[in-house]
Amino acid sequence: MKPEDVKVCVIRIEGTNCEDEMAGAFEAVGAQAEKVHLKQLIKQAPAGLRRDLEDYDVLAFPGGFSAGDYVRAGAIFAARIKAGMGSEVRRFVEDGKPVLGVCNGFQILVELGLLPAFEGTMSDVPAAALYTNDSGRFECRPTVLRNDSRGKCIFASSIPEKKLLTIPSAHAEGKLLSMDPDFVQKLEDNDQIVFRYVCPDGSPARYPWNPNGSQSDIAGICNPAGNVMGMMPHPERVMTRFTHPDWTRGYISEEGDGRVVFESVMRHLEKR
Amino acid sequence: MTVIEIRIELKKGVADPEGKNTRKTLESLGFEGIADVRSVKLFEVELDMPADDALKAGEEMCRKLLANPVIQNYRVTVR
Repeated sequence: MKPEDVKVCVIRIEGTNCEDEMAGAFEAVGAQAEKVHLKQLIKQAPAGLRRDLEDYDVLAFPGGFSAGDYVRAGAIFAARIKAGMGSEVRRFVEDGKPVLGVCNGFQILVELGLLPAFEGTMSDVPAAALYTNDSGRFECRPTVLRNDSRGKCIFASSIPEKKLLTIPSAHAEGKLLSMDPDFVQKLEDNDQIVFRYVCPDGSPARYPWNPNGSQSDIAGICNPAGNVMGMMPHPERVMTRFTHPDWTRGYISEEGDGRVVFESVMRHLEKR
Repeated sequence: MTVIEIRIELKKGVADPEGKNTRKTLESLGFEGIADVRSVKLFEVELDMPADDALKAGEEMCRKLLANPVIQNYRVTVR
């Protein structure tokens, strides 16, 4: 598949934001990205505006907020997806097509039951939660992530193992929680842990480098098949060096650290 | 018309930063003897059905949207 043939659906509902950056990031690596409202996908739009999820190669849930983040962050978006196009999304995932959720998008994927998805493609009720940061407030700053994927996750497939990336975080509810005592071990065994927060020297993160108190410093996870990935930090915000905090002070690459996430999925699709 | 009250609270063992922060602030205002402050969420839903059915509907609402069973417990009562 050629990059220009890759069609990305950046899905939104009322109150979604960051969809411009998400679409821009996919366009920057050569794909065609379209911002599509949920109603366009569930036949609640005029004929000319209707879209079919099947026609897309990648589904992306943008970060920011959605539906006022009432009830819980991402819960309303997830419920609307489940009610309107749950089976289409399930089929999309089962076809092995890549699904990315950033920040609010990660919260939506967890609420949808697409992550961690230990059993089956999509659980009926959430099997984890992205809960209020330990600090009890919105945390917004650069964070350093280590690629801990051992090769399964499509979105990290072109990133060298253990490589550190500086990617900004901005959220109030990013603490990955489960009541299952073996939760982290299961993720580890399945190669589902993609990114961990670390200190800039690569040592285990402490606050503020782990902005939310997430178990085992987890910043991003994928499903057991590796084609659905959710992460709290925003790779789409660092596509060029100019949006890095230290871009005038020794940051050498012309490319931003977030770019490899999008290049990974494009390289994966090229091989298909 | 039946009005149900849906109370969503955090499970035991789940940290409650909002409650903790509120407690600290109350103490800084001079309130003494506070043993704990917990945050809970309350929804009132008006339903055009008898109480039994309303309770059942409330449970289903929690399962499908209002509560995340990983971190929250819920209680539905008729008001």
